[in-house]
Amino acid sequence: MATLIESPVSTRLSKDEILRYSRHLIMPEVGMDGQLKLKQARVLCIGAGGLGSPLALYLSAAGVGKLGIVDFDVVDFTNLQRQIIHDTNDVGRPKMASARETIADINPNVEVVGYETRLTSENALDIFRDFDIVADGTDNFPTRYLVNDACVLLGKPNVYGSIFRFEGQASVFYAKDGPCYRCLYPEPPPPGLVPSCAEGGVLGVLPGIVGCIQAMEVIKLIIGRGQPLIGRLLLFDALGMKFRELKLRKNPECPVCGEHPTVAKLIDYDQFCGVRGEDHIVPISVPEITARDVKKMMDEKKPFVLIDVREPHEFQICRIPGSTLIPLGEVPKRMNELNSADEIVVHCRSGQRSAQAVGLLMKAGFRKIHNLRGGVLAWADQVDSNMPKY
Amino acid sequence: MSVKVVIPTPLRQYTEKKEFVELEAKTVGEALAGLTGQYGDLRRHLYTEEGKLRTFVNIYLNDEDIRYLQKEHTPLSANDVISIVPSIAGGKRAEPTKDHFYGYVD
Repeated sequence: MATLIESPVSTRLSKDEILRYSRHLIMPEVGMDGQLKLKQARVLCIGAGGLGSPLALYLSAAGVGKLGIVDFDVVDFTNLQRQIIHDTNDVGRPKMASARETIADINPNVEVVGYETRLTSENALDIFRDFDIVADGTDNFPTRYLVNDACVLLGKPNVYGSIFRFEGQASVFYAKDGPCYRCLYPEPPPPGLVPSCAEGGVLGVLPGIVGCIQAMEVIKLIIGRGQPLIGRLLLFDALGMKFRELKLRKNPECPVCGEHPTVAKLIDYDQFCGVRGEDHIVPISVPEITARDVKKMMDEKKPFVLIDVREPHEFQICRIPGSTLIPLGEVPKRMNELNSADEIVVHCRSGQRSAQAVGLLMKAGFRKIHNLRGGVLAWADQVDSNMPKY
Repeated sequence: MSVKVVIPTPLRQYTEKKEFVELEAKTVGEALAGLTGQYGDLRRHLYTEEGKLRTFVNIYLNDEDIRYLQKEHTPLSANDVISIVPSIAGGKRAEPTKDHFYGYVD
């Protein structure tokens, strides 16, 4: 692999820095040369969330000279279980401000460059250009393909991590020396086909582990030591506590990094991934009812059946009184428990899974059926402020 | 030939939560056919309507992508491990209002 960061000639470490980085400096694999390369290095973290938190924390502590962060989000309570760069007092603040403060506390020598914006095809190349390495901590496919393509076009390594519940993936996509993300997955899954929010969730430690693997890969690329994850996909199963490794090959027909690339500039990634505004949120249009109106029906003792299509473990968190649990996956085979002559209201957490359930039931001939718009979240906002949100 | 197919977390809901399935097959294609025969709901996640393997699901025989072997005709040996490796997304959600296709954590 070519040297990414040249040995700095004019950069020096101060006496304080020598003390701070002494545990690096006394290792021959890092030493003064490696530490100066770290100081010289410019790393861009996409996202200051689950993966971005450990990444930014460790890269700062390690003495990376310039750390860019792209994030426009605000800290909320559900972030704190895993996004350890933010703390309880930061809830409601921009993640950028919170991350910047934490980094300054850890290592004031790090120059933080914040991009409080959504990464787009219009701004990505300009932002990436100023950095040596990009570390991708995003979870959505449009941004993932955007980051990949921008890195390939600019010839920069993309240190990739991804998590799902108890499972993680990590790799280094560096088209100069190996495959890119598109060699691995030429196309994203179409929306709606793959399991959606019902299967979400993540154990907080998992992004910690995967983000740390990314941080380690970034540092290895900077100091030019070891075998980077180029051409290898690391799979981590936290429940089994197993690491496996798969070979990744450069696809000669890859549209971005192949022999005859057809993608020479950034494209519309929302379109590429089939995401288009609101249709993505509710894939099918179904009759809706508000939480307030459902409450009114209850108060007026109007007869109706309330079906909750969340998962049993979500039912344990909170439930709307009088609801019956039929998880979305069981709706097709348990439809016979319902009577199409009854008024039926279906709900989930946010209204998306229940929209799917209403669609299924309508296809099966149910007509007196409504989706509770906004689900449990709307119920908590409009009807019962004691209802926990999650 | 008895082989093991490793099921990734997102698809385990279609295999009665099983982490892996052991079955008899001579080729990768046969193993996958056996698997989707046993668990019908898995089929549309692995194959298109035309019966082609989906491009966002990669199939590995041991540590090698079958696209670089003999694809579904790749012969199997005893104790081979087939892995289904779908693209997963998790980390930082860029648009807080949108749930994503594979999970919605950020």
